[in-house]
Amino acid sequence: MVSISSKSCWPDRGPDRAVLKSLRARISRIESRFAEPSESSGVMTLGAPEIDEALPWGGLPRAALHEVLAGHQSAASGFCAGLLARLAGTRETVLWCGRGRGGLYGPGLAAFGLAPERLILVRARTDTEVLWVLEEGLRSCALAAVLGETNAIGLTAARRLQLAAESGGTSAFLLRSARGKVEPGPAATRWHIATALGTDGDNEMKPRWQVELLKCRSGVPGVALTQKGETTFGLPRSWLVEWRDGTRTPAAGGFAVAAEFRHRPADPVVDEITNRIAAKSAI
Amino acid sequence: MAAHGGVRIVAVSPAARAGGVFAGQPLADARAVLTGLCTLDADPQADARAIEGLAAWCGRYTPWTVVDKVSCVPGDAGVWLDITGCAHLFGGEEALLGDLLSRMERVGYAARAALADTPGAAWAVARFGQTDERSIAVVPGNAHRRTLAPLPMAGLRLDAATVEGLARVGLRRIGDILDLPRAPLAARFGDALIRRLDQALGIRGETLSPRVPVPLLSARLPFAEPISRAEDIAAAIRHLVDDLCVRLEASRQGARRLNLVLYRTDGTRTGVGVGTSLAARDADHLERLFREKIERLDPGFGIELMTLCVPAADDLGPVQVGLDALNVQEGISHKAHEDLARLVDRVGNRLGPANVSRLVAQASHIPEKACREIPALAPAPDIHDGPHRSVQPRPLHLLACPSPIEVMAPVPDHPPVMFRWGRTQHRIVRADGPERIGPEWWLEDQPHDAASHERKSRDYFRVEDTDGRRFWVYREGLYKPGLPPRWYLHGEFA
Repeated sequence: MVSISSKSCWPDRGPDRAVLKSLRARISRIESRFAEPSESSGVMTLGAPEIDEALPWGGLPRAALHEVLAGHQSAASGFCAGLLARLAGTRETVLWCGRGRGGLYGPGLAAFGLAPERLILVRARTDTEVLWVLEEGLRSCALAAVLGETNAIGLTAARRLQLAAESGGTSAFLLRSARGKVEPGPAATRWHIATALGTDGDNEMKPRWQVELLKCRSGVPGVALTQKGETTFGLPRSWLVEWRDGTRTPAAGGFAVAAEFRHRPADPVVDEITNRIAAKSAI
Repeated sequence: MAAHGGVRIVAVSPAARAGGVFAGQPLADARAVLTGLCTLDADPQADARAIEGLAAWCGRYTPWTVVDKVSCVPGDAGVWLDITGCAHLFGGEEALLGDLLSRMERVGYAARAALADTPGAAWAVARFGQTDERSIAVVPGNAHRRTLAPLPMAGLRLDAATVEGLARVGLRRIGDILDLPRAPLAARFGDALIRRLDQALGIRGETLSPRVPVPLLSARLPFAEPISRAEDIAAAIRHLVDDLCVRLEASRQGARRLNLVLYRTDGTRTGVGVGTSLAARDADHLERLFREKIERLDPGFGIELMTLCVPAADDLGPVQVGLDALNVQEGISHKAHEDLARLVDRVGNRLGPANVSRLVAQASHIPEKACREIPALAPAPDIHDGPHRSVQPRPLHLLACPSPIEVMAPVPDHPPVMFRWGRTQHRIVRADGPERIGPEWWLEDQPHDAASHERKSRDYFRVEDTDGRRFWVYREGLYKPGLPPRWYLHGEFA
């Protein structure tokens, strides 16, 4: 019986990360489904190296559409406020479009480093109006990011937003409740935010979320090549994320990962296959 | 119309008058005199609306129109137009009046028009003077005395008592009093007579206030054939906007508000307005603002004239195009600021300017007063970092009204262990506080005694429940044994 030694097929330590990255870039260029953000307008790092590494671009791509599913409305609002604060920086403006009485409180936003003169609040009545506002904001190229609170929108509307974001170089965020149907869409990343309990003895109650990266395009979330060669294929990754306060030094404000959750699928067959693949590539 | 003695006739058409019916006659008598008489109920409000609409429609000739009188009696209702400087657009004063009367006739009004240098003379000649075959009378500039002399005294807009008094002494025509000494006339019949006479002759000035304020700039576009397609309307708007922008640039101004009025062939008009947050004279931007509103315009049977006017404008110096000068204070380029202003204009015009706003801090330590909304591009008022700026964390969402909750808390000053909000119960895992926020005793309308100060103080706690949700709750008033404490939920943290 001939056994092909894995040593001749696979390199010594596991696939090289840089090689994989360049291969992925070539594939996406060939498919031209998604231009590499470093060519167009850049990537925003979240400040937490664990999350940044899980994203194939090394951070959140700027000229793209991102979906945030809210397990709890105010928790997701806080996460988005942090993202917008990092995108706005000190010079650019962001737009937040909500329906009904918004209720965002200025001093509460200041804790995330979002200065009041950098934020424009828009109040719309229907989903159509919210989508129109987002599209106008994306096409005007005057903003760093726009955020809209909507219900589930259709595929065509999401595609339009994504194209507008790419052409304008502005980030678009869709904040919606996690309760509706979640369909595949053209968003670059999809997150799920839920509340997280603080640790015992922590009376400061800093902002804390359970952040789950459900999907990201042109990349597989969670293909983390660690030294041990463990890989998880296509499964969402979740972290316990805190916000580092940046009110005194805005540059220091950012996300910090407190812990990472291993996502266990419920299906034993998938588990088995995953283990076999992991075993093979570890050799 | 119902009046003393039953239903009476108010207005009579010429044909009915020929048959023997007169105004003031009871309806029953009128029907007896002329069989087959058609009657309609008098509706003063509808008459008022009709005259207002007519005065507004006359805005196609001049922006200075005034309603003279509302009445359904033929020959009584009227509208004033001040056509100073407008006549040349229509080919002369007579041509303007002829156009006006022919259009009114087409819509169904029978009218007479008179043109004079003073409102008083025009009023008299239109009602009592001689008109030519087109029902137009133009009083030449130096012929006021001559034209007014044969007209009856009622042409001076006097009340009925004065007219009767003058008639009793034999003064029936205006010419009778033109040469009489003034002092005895004023002594006998009052100042109003002399004032009206002087106004009609032009010796004393008379001003008419226009119905709507006269705009600074306006452009008009008549069409040879009525249009009704949306693309044609859009093209016409572009033409008008270009015209206005050239004139705004010449006068170094930018428009803040624009009103578009469409005059339809059936004599009605409709319009739409847009506003900008910064003075603008960029034709593309202004046209885009109108584009959103074209669908709401109803062309009816066709539009024969469009006017675009600028009721409000601000100074705007010449703008350098092509250079991206950095605005040192703002830190963003001038072009980016303009783009932002245009975006705010577009969104504000569609959703309403109150719905596009920014948050600014206010000098107050009371949480609900510490923050308010202002229009998005208004300059932020100066708020210095004073003692009111709290270093304690504040929630991301603040309820507009604190919501009462039922709370289980150890007395006297401990944070709650459980609370119920609506129908859900929240068990508290962790709490922080209290933070005491007292009432603003320095305000005039607050009572200044210690008891009410204690009653209005709030002790705020940050609590976290078993789900990980963090709330901001407070207890109103200090703890008093025997009194149930009142707890409220004010906000939620991220």
